[in-house]
Amino acid sequence: MNWITKIYYQARRSWKALAVYFMIAGPGLIVMVADNDAGGITTYAVTGAKYGYSLIWFLILLGPVAYFVQEMTVRLGAVTKRGHAEAIFDGFGPFWGWFSLIDLMFLDWLTLITEFIGMTAALKIFGIPGWVTVTVVCSLMGFMVVNGRYWTWEKIALMFCAVNLIYVPGAFIVHPSVKDLVVQGLIPHFQGGFNGEMFFFLMANIGTTIAPWMLFFQQSSVVDKGLKEKDIFFGKIDTFMGAIATVAVAVFVVIVTGTVLNGVNIDDAGQASKLIMQTHHYAGEFMAIGLFDSGFLGAICISIASSWAFGEVFGWAHSLNNRIREAPWFYLNYFITLISAGIIVLIPGAPLVLITLFVQVVAVTLLPAALVFLILLLNDKKTMGEYANTPVLNIVNGGIVAIIIALSTLYGISTLFPDMFG
Amino acid sequence: MRLGHPFEAMISRNIEKVRAINRRYANPRLVLSPAVRASLLCLRLYLIFLVVLLAYKFITLVIH
Repeated sequence: MNWITKIYYQARRSWKALAVYFMIAGPGLIVMVADNDAGGITTYAVTGAKYGYSLIWFLILLGPVAYFVQEMTVRLGAVTKRGHAEAIFDGFGPFWGWFSLIDLMFLDWLTLITEFIGMTAALKIFGIPGWVTVTVVCSLMGFMVVNGRYWTWEKIALMFCAVNLIYVPGAFIVHPSVKDLVVQGLIPHFQGGFNGEMFFFLMANIGTTIAPWMLFFQQSSVVDKGLKEKDIFFGKIDTFMGAIATVAVAVFVVIVTGTVLNGVNIDDAGQASKLIMQTHHYAGEFMAIGLFDSGFLGAICISIASSWAFGEVFGWAHSLNNRIREAPWFYLNYFITLISAGIIVLIPGAPLVLITLFVQVVAVTLLPAALVFLILLLNDKKTMGEYANTPVLNIVNGGIVAIIIALSTLYGISTLFPDMFG
Repeated sequence: MRLGHPFEAMISRNIEKVRAINRRYANPRLVLSPAVRASLLCLRLYLIFLVVLLAYKFITLVIH
């Protein structure tokens, strides 16, 4: 009888823990899957086409990197109940506050344009004109926020996160060799040796792993969702699950292009979709649908990240739980950012390639500052108490941040000076 | 003159709002220990380096 009671209570406890997890899950999963935005998918597609499966081990290593950085925003948000923009103002004064806020707004807007570029390119494959894509996307994103409930917004976003897993069946369709996957993909090595071009690809993949908007988004999201200190454990699990999802998507994109387009030089994921469709029709279509979905996920997170940041600093009502009439400035910012970015993509002859390159350069002006502030704020024991960084976490996070800053800076500079790495 | 009035009022309201934000956060809450000061100095130098690099790129583009 005793063991039956034990099993019953264990099952009940596990069920309750699972229920709490599902209530808290969201910000980590969304930010991590949205991390594989249109630019990210293009990077993975090009990497797979160029190096086959040989860099899969490297993509797997990027999972912990993303987790360790993002889990800090969970602790900071849950303890301080402040978004990252407000925390920077409060902790470091107006100079760094305004610098971060204005840089974030500009960078988010540019990144949003790249998401629209990806979405319009993806749907053009299905014969849908750009203006229809922009109109539908803006309307859909408007629909997501008009009902004034964070819960609804989050569940719709999670649904689009699930669509992002479309690359998994895509990979099965192209029948990759499991033996090649294990031998070439999981044993660390650099195909063709470590040279300038390889270094550029490694930097590009790291560059897509952590973007400044992710820090601002997840911290504000944790605050808007109302997570408390007691929820941090599940918030971390949420982020961990997100890290697994983001790595899985990246790996499956590489498997698709590495199998079908190995050795082919491609420029973007849209081109990869068209080429794959010539031999594997559905896999190519899945790639295009995934590209649209990635751009859409990126767009919903990036546009809301800016609005949250401005709302926090200016003291506007800035919750997705507010209706439009209750938080007019918050939603005005959201829609202006969104619609203006969409319109730019539709302007004939707009310098879209230049914008795509410029995003990398602007990102390196904000990312180091945002990451350093994050580490410093997590070391404020007076505010963070038991949730402050431990010495071990400081070594791990400090090392990760130093590597990200160094490589993303080199990547940004190499965008300015393309011949730098040969 | 009348048409410009609401716009001017909005601008001055926003300038006052920015000033209020600057006043509210005038004293950083974080203790500026030597390590924090060093980090902020490094960030400033890093940004100056990037600005110089961007300016150099811009000038070389204009010249060529």
